[in-house]
Amino acid sequence: MESITPILEFKKTCVSYTKQTMAVKYVSAAIEKNSITAIMGPSGCGKSTLLRAVNLMHNLYSNIRVDGEILLNGENILSMEPIDVRRRVGMVFQRPTPFPTMSIYDNVLAGFALNGIRLSKVEKDATVERCLKSVALWDEVKDVLNKKGTFLSGGQQQRLCIARALAMKPDVLLMDEPTSALDPIATKHIEELLLELQKEVTILIVTHNMGQAMRISSKSMFMYLGELVEYGDTAKMFSEPADERTKAYLTGKMG
Amino acid sequence: METFKLKKRLAKDKLMLWGVCLFATLTAVPLVAILGEVFLRGYDQLSWSFFTEPTPTAYKAMKAIEAGEPIPGGIANGIVGTMLMLGMATIVAVPIGILCGVYLAENSKSRFAQIVSYLTDLLQGTPSVIIGIVIYIWVVVPMKGYSAIAGSVALFVMMLPLIIRSTEETLKILPASLKEAGLALGGNEARVMLRVQLPAAFGGVFTGVLLAISRVIGETAPLMFTALGCSLIRWSIDKPISAVPLLIWEFFNDPNLQDLIWGASLFLLLFILMLNILAKYIKGTLY
Repeated sequence: MESITPILEFKKTCVSYTKQTMAVKYVSAAIEKNSITAIMGPSGCGKSTLLRAVNLMHNLYSNIRVDGEILLNGENILSMEPIDVRRRVGMVFQRPTPFPTMSIYDNVLAGFALNGIRLSKVEKDATVERCLKSVALWDEVKDVLNKKGTFLSGGQQQRLCIARALAMKPDVLLMDEPTSALDPIATKHIEELLLELQKEVTILIVTHNMGQAMRISSKSMFMYLGELVEYGDTAKMFSEPADERTKAYLTGKMG
Repeated sequence: METFKLKKRLAKDKLMLWGVCLFATLTAVPLVAILGEVFLRGYDQLSWSFFTEPTPTAYKAMKAIEAGEPIPGGIANGIVGTMLMLGMATIVAVPIGILCGVYLAENSKSRFAQIVSYLTDLLQGTPSVIIGIVIYIWVVVPMKGYSAIAGSVALFVMMLPLIIRSTEETLKILPASLKEAGLALGGNEARVMLRVQLPAAFGGVFTGVLLAISRVIGETAPLMFTALGCSLIRWSIDKPISAVPLLIWEFFNDPNLQDLIWGASLFLLLFILMLNILAKYIKGTLY
């Protein structure tokens, strides 16, 4: 690999749910800044588990252990405070999760409220406008900012959630199958958006959709049974996979 | 095997249907009968003065009965006492109950939480008369007298498990993704609870509070040991005080005041009915 300065680096990262079963086994990979990296693999291969290790989501569940190292700008995430890590690593979930009691406006600003950061009215307005514009939602919702976010369509809700994550200006954005609950048109909007967003943020996206990985990612990981089988340029992986298992998956013979 | 005994099976089905309808109706009958009885006997006792004047003395009532006039006075002393004690109990029980419910919902796997949860169930099942006698020992004896405070402590103890349970249950049915989404933005658990989870659970928690109030508003036994009763309208919390259910019991025991029983009962019943309808409505708007 050329000499890149990785923003995020997995070093022998392992995640285990019980002592016997390891969901992620010794994954090592360096993620380039301002890239989109797709994580692919059949169901149960540990893609989401690996992703959730990055923002320490596993800390919520006392039975899950994460070992090895995950470096964010050279600093080991696993020994940092979760609330510090999560402010720098945003996450978008499979199903849109707008906060049901908050308006669209407050949803965008939820990260500030949850971090106890006070903003002036001017700063608030500017942040809401900037974030909603960057997810191409501003024109659709600018007149209904005080309505509940749950009134929006699924695709709009998901863009709202991306805007909410972006508001905190994260270094890395984790996306766990963000379009699997959306229709093809909404999916297309989100994909175009992600290509636009990689200028500001490094994106790590779990996807079941090989077409999606090909359309948006520059690098791809293929995982199988918890192992990182192959990691490299997306175009190369799709045209000439190095591993038989990757080939089997990409040609639909597995998963 | 002629047509799989079709007719017999259909007949059995009909029988079953009639059976469940019959018993459903039978269950509703006593409820409607009670409501009807109280309403028919009580509605003509309700008047403006019934809500604004205190209970008459037995002598005044007797004079009125002799003169063939309706009994003067009303149950204002009971209403004030009930509201005062219920208010104090609610103000203390709501925050404590919610915090305890939050703990139980968030730590459901810890041994301690399981024990607390079990004790909450026991407390909910404790007969109110026992709660009354214990609060008598704990509060009335050291304070050297019956008081509104003692009454409200008894009501507080009875409300607590209901509020804890409803908070816990509502928080548990919220999708886990809601909490994770809040934490993923960098919030600490306390902030995510206060800003995201509890607001989302508001409907369920509020319903629980209303049901807790309607559950204890009619409690008589614990108040006999603690609030005692009083025929004056009183606002002080360190003196014996009246309550609507206590008045019903007093009216029953005094031949001269029996005409007031039904008005007081109707008032209590309507109040509880209103709380329940409100609770149902709020639950319907729950996220």
